Amino acid sequence: MGLIQVVAASLSGLLALVAVVALVRDRLYGKPVLMLATLTEVVLAVHLVVGILQLSGGGGVSGATYVGYLVGVLLVLPAAVWWAAAERNRGGTAVILLGALVVPFLLLRTHDIWAAAGA
Amino acid sequence: MPEVSAPAATGRGIGRTLVAVYAVFALSSVGRSSVQLLTKADDAPVPYALSGFAALVYVVATVALARGGIRWWRVAVVACLVELVGVLAVGTASLLLPEEFPDATVWSGFGIGYAFFPLVLPFVGLWWLHRTRPSAT
Repeated sequence: MGLIQVVAASLSGLLALVAVVALVRDRLYGKPVLMLATLTEVVLAVHLVVGILQLSGGGGVSGATYVGYLVGVLLVLPAAVWWAAAERNRGGTAVILLGALVVPFLLLRTHDIWAAAGA
Repeated sequence: MPEVSAPAATGRGIGRTLVAVYAVFALSSVGRSSVQLLTKADDAPVPYALSGFAALVYVVATVALARGGIRWWRVAVVACLVELVGVLAVGTASLLLPEEFPDATVWSGFGIGYAFFPLVLPFVGLWWLHRTRPSAT
């Protein structure tokens, strides 16, 4: 689980970096952003499946909260891309940046919940 | 109703980013407070009730800012004012009456648990609503 989370968080961090560059240069974000977002989503989908499998394998984790985080983190980037799509300027790019920063934060919380349960 | 022009769209430009920030707070506070209220409401009734109230305020502010139009603009102003009063009141109360706050709310310590974003956000919201205010004609 740890490795998947690190990979997803790194991809999301890279996405944030690309968004910052686009913000600073005041350029419209393009393919790199969408490709990185898609890649992150693929890893997060694996993260969801592995997380649910681990959950069914036992552990004292509160199931609803944990699955809530697993699903929630998967929805952040699609929501950000959708909300940003109608705003083809810095405002939209900043939405992508925000989403890319929320993902690692949620992954950290997911990790903490799992670790706190001693699983 | 007096004749006023429509407010500039509150969900455009930087406003779109602001709506996204509010949405993050709305979702996280709804998630947090529903877990608190559903699973352990008796542990710390005051902070958990305030968490629920804060969640409601963030949801209303998010929707109002995203929708636009004079009516929603007014709703957004009220929501941001309530948010500002809430973070100031709960922030002060949490410092003066720590025994009433065995667990933190989003507004405890003026939002210190969220890097003071909850304290800054209503000011940004009100500034943006001022920028997009409807002009009287």
